[in-house]
Amino acid sequence: MDNTIVRAHDLKKHFHTKQGVVRAADGVSFNIHEQETFGLVGESGSGKSTVAYTIMGIYPATSGELLYRSRDITAETKKRSKALKRDIQIVFQDPGSSLNPRSTIKQILELPLRVHDQVSKKERVYRVAKLLEMVELPADFMYKSPPAIGGGERQMIAIARALATNPSFIVLDEPTSALDVSVQAKIINKLMELQKELNLTYMFITHDLSLMRNMASRVAIMYLGKICEIAPTTEFFSKPLHPYTQMLLSSIPVVSTQEEELKPKKIVSTGEIPSPVDIPPGCSFHLRCPARMDICSKIDPVMVTPEKEHQVRCHLFPGASGS
Amino acid sequence: MDAPVAAYEQSLRSRTWERIKKGWYAFSKNPLSIVGAVIIVTVVFLAVFAPFVSPYADHAGNFVDFDNASQPPSRTHLFGTDVFGRDILSRVFFGFRLSLIMGVTVISLTAPVGVTLGLIAGYKKGTWVETLIMRITDIFVAVPPLILALAVAAILTPNIFNSMMAVSLMWWPWYCRMVYGIASSLKNEFYIQSAEVTGASTFHILFKEILPNCYGPVFTKVSLDMGWVILLASALSFVGLGAQPPTPDLGTMVADGGKYMPDQWWIAVFPAIAIMIVVFGFNILGDGIRDMLEVEKS
Amino acid sequence: MASTLLNIKNLEVGFDVYGGYLQVLNGVFFSMAEGEKVGLVGETGCGKTTTAKSVLRILPEPPSKITGGSILFKGRDILSMKKNEIREVHAREISMIFQDPTAALNPVFTIGDQLMTAIKYSNLHDNMKRNEIRESAVHALREVRLPDPERILDSYPIQLSGGMRQRICIAMALATQSTLLVADEPTTSLDVTIQDQVLRLLGTLIQEKGTSTILITHSLGVVREWTERVYVMYAGVMVETAETKELFKNPLHPYTRGLMAAVPKLTGEGIAAGIPGRIPEYLNPPRGCRFHPRCPEVMDICKKEKPLYFDCGGSHRAACFLYRE
Repeated sequence: MDNTIVRAHDLKKHFHTKQGVVRAADGVSFNIHEQETFGLVGESGSGKSTVAYTIMGIYPATSGELLYRSRDITAETKKRSKALKRDIQIVFQDPGSSLNPRSTIKQILELPLRVHDQVSKKERVYRVAKLLEMVELPADFMYKSPPAIGGGERQMIAIARALATNPSFIVLDEPTSALDVSVQAKIINKLMELQKELNLTYMFITHDLSLMRNMASRVAIMYLGKICEIAPTTEFFSKPLHPYTQMLLSSIPVVSTQEEELKPKKIVSTGEIPSPVDIPPGCSFHLRCPARMDICSKIDPVMVTPEKEHQVRCHLFPGASGS
Repeated sequence: MDAPVAAYEQSLRSRTWERIKKGWYAFSKNPLSIVGAVIIVTVVFLAVFAPFVSPYADHAGNFVDFDNASQPPSRTHLFGTDVFGRDILSRVFFGFRLSLIMGVTVISLTAPVGVTLGLIAGYKKGTWVETLIMRITDIFVAVPPLILALAVAAILTPNIFNSMMAVSLMWWPWYCRMVYGIASSLKNEFYIQSAEVTGASTFHILFKEILPNCYGPVFTKVSLDMGWVILLASALSFVGLGAQPPTPDLGTMVADGGKYMPDQWWIAVFPAIAIMIVVFGFNILGDGIRDMLEVEKS
Repeated sequence: MASTLLNIKNLEVGFDVYGGYLQVLNGVFFSMAEGEKVGLVGETGCGKTTTAKSVLRILPEPPSKITGGSILFKGRDILSMKKNEIREVHAREISMIFQDPTAALNPVFTIGDQLMTAIKYSNLHDNMKRNEIRESAVHALREVRLPDPERILDSYPIQLSGGMRQRICIAMALATQSTLLVADEPTTSLDVTIQDQVLRLLGTLIQEKGTSTILITHSLGVVREWTERVYVMYAGVMVETAETKELFKNPLHPYTRGLMAAVPKLTGEGIAAGIPGRIPEYLNPPRGCRFHPRCPEVMDICKKEKPLYFDCGGSHRAACFLYRE
C-alpha cells in the first residue's frame, strides 16, 4: 500500500564542530503517509528540528535514505528542482524571526509567487489578498509590517506564505510554542481546516504532548538524535512502551483530573539532558532511565515492533539487542 | 481584482505618512538633532544658492582688489577680506559648495561599493568569497588615510578630483565592514532560510531581505561621514593636495590665512569655524537620524 | 491566622509612548497571606509582569507612571518608599526570579561572583567574612541539588545548561532568605522534564523555608499543580480569583472558561475554537469591562460600567456582572 509521501531510512545528519561531531540526527527511520499528520516530539537536543530542516533541504543529509514521492531529496535546497521547492514548505517556530521585520506583508507573501509563477503585478496583489482571506486576515494587512502585528497573526502569515505555492507537504516546526493558549487554539483549528480543504500532509513538531494528542495521527518521539518510539496516537498515549515516553508523559502539567488519570504513574525525571556532543555509550537514554539494565550501557538497541504498528527501541523488548 | 490593488496603494500611502510622523517624533525628541538639521539645511541652502546669496559672488573666482585687501570684519564685509581683497563671507559660502560636493561624491562612490561587498561577504561567510573580500578590505584599512592620500597625490597631480579619489579609496572598507557584520549575523535568521527554501535568487536575498535591515546603521554613517569626509578633504587641501587657488576651498583658505595669524586673524578663523560648524552639524544630524531609524524597530 | 503579606488595592499603572498613553493596569487587586503559594496566570500582554515589577518598583519611571492605588507589603506602603528603602526591601524581603535565566545571569562573571554578591548585599549577619560568604554560597547550591557546587562557583553561566542556570537563579533568590519570592515564568524556557524537576525543587524549598511565593505563568497546567490560590488576569485587570482546586472545578468568568476550553487535553477531545477577537489595545481600551468585546455572554451593562469583584462563595471572586448578587 504505497501512499507513502516521505520515507526516511537510517537518515543521519552530523555536524562537525570544534567540540567534536554533533550527531544531531543519528539513524532515523520513518514513513509519512499522504494526508496524515505525522507528529515528532522531543526535548531540546533531540534532533527533531534537524530532521525537519534536512527534509526541507536547509541541510544536506550526511547519509541514509530520504525520499519524497520516491525521489531522492538528500540534497540541499540549492540543488533541488523548483518543482520540489514548490511542493514542500515549512512554517518556522518563532514568528518573530520567520518574517523579515523590514518587509511588508505583501512583499513577504508575494515572494513565493514571484519565484514560481510569472504573473503580473496586479495579479500578485490579488493572489496575496486571497491568501490573507484563506487565513482569515483582512486584506488591508498587506501594507503592514511584522512588528506591527501580534504573534498569532504573524504565524498566520507564515502559514499563508507556506500555502502560496500550493504545496502538498508542510513541515510545522513548533508553530505555536511561542504563542498564548487562546491564540494557539485559533491557529491549530485553522491548520486542521486547511488540511482537510487542501488535502495537505503535515509533519507536526512540538514538545507539547497535550497538543500532539489532538493533532497527530501518528507520533514519533526522539531523544538525542534517535527515535525511541513510533505509534498511532491513541496507542502512543494509552500504552507508551519506552521509558522516556513514560517519563515525558508523566511530567506534563494538565488541567483536569480526567487527564491526570490518563498519565502514567509519576516517574521522577533525574539528571540533565546530555549535550549531543557527549552522547553516552550504549543506549543514549540509559543514564536517566529508571528501568536501566546492564546491557543498556553497552549496546545501542535497535527498533523492534512488539505490537502492530507500534515500534520501540529499548532493551526491555526482545530483539532490541539486534540478535 | 482592482479593489485590493487600490486598497493596497492607499494603505501604503497612509502607512508611509504614519512612518514619517513617527520618525519625526523620535528625531525631534532630542533638541540637539533639530539644531543639527537646521545647521545642515542652512549650509545646503547657502551652498546651492551661493551665487545668489553671496554679497560678492565674483570674489569666488579670479578677483583682486588690493585697495580693499586685509580689511577686518565690517559692515560691508562681515567676515573681512583676505590678502587679495576678496570677501571672505562669499568665499565661505562657495567653500560650503565645494565641501558638500566632495562629501556627496565620495560617499556616493564608496557607500554603494562598500555596502554591496559587505552584503556579499557577510552572506557568503565561511567561503572563499568572504575571505577574499575581507582580506582586501583589511589591506585598505591598514594604510593610514593621510599617508595613502599623500602617496596618491605624489603620483598624480594635486587637484580636487584626485584628492576625492584618494579619500574614496580609503573610505569604502568601513561600509563593507559594517554591513558585513550585520549580514553575517542575519544570515541564519529564519526569514532568510525561508527565502532560500522558497528558491529566491541570491540577488533578492542580498538586496531585498538583508539590505533593508542595514538601512539604519548605513544612513546614520552616511550622515556622520559627510562631516568626516569634509574634514579629511579640508585637511588634504590644507597640505596643498586638494583644491588649487583660486578655488575657494575651506581648507585652502585656512592654510593661506594661517600665515597672517594672529594679526589678520579673520582670514583663517572664519573658514575654520565654517568647517567646524559643518562637521558638527552632520555629526548631531547623524545622531538624530539614528534615533529616527531606531524607532522603526519597535 | 496568617497575616496579610502583600495587599495591592486598585493599582493603576500606565506608560507614556508615541501616540499617547497606555493605561495598562486598570485597578488591580491582589492579596496574599504569609506562607501562601499564589499563582498569577494570564496571557501575553495582560500585565502580570508589570504588576510584579510594580511591587518591586523596578519599572523604569519614565515612561511608566503609577497613577493610582496602593501596594502594602507587611503593612508598609511600597509606593511611597524612597530608593534606599526599596533597596532594603529588595535585599532582605522580596526576591525575584526572571523568565530567562540566561539573561538574568551576567555572562562575564562567574557564578560564585554573582551568588556571593547577592549574599553579601542581603547582609543577613552584617560583616560576613569572605569565607563565610563562600560557605553560604556552597550551601545554597547544595540546596538546589546541584552536583559539585565548588566547581560551579568557579564556572561561567555559559558553561552550564538552562536547567542548571535556572536552579542557580533560584539559589540566588532563596539564599537571601527573603519573605516573598516572585517567580516570573521560571520554567517557560525549559524542557518539560527539566521544568518538572525545577518546579518540584522549588516546591520543596519553599515548603522548607516557609517562603511565600507568587508564581507567574501563562500555563494553566503549571498553576494547577503548584499553587494553592490563583488570580486570573486579563488586560490589566484581575478577572477571577479562587483557591486552585475550586477554580479548576468551577471556573466562573467567561475568560477563564474560554481559556480552559482552549487548552489541548490529553483526553484527545479536540481543541476548542479559542476566544474570538484579540487582546485590546491599551491606547484605547474598551469601556466598561475590558473583556466585553470578546465575551460570549456580554450584556448591556458590561459595555458601560467596569465590574467590581463580586463574591461567589468562599474566597472565590469574579469581576463579572453575571455574578452580581
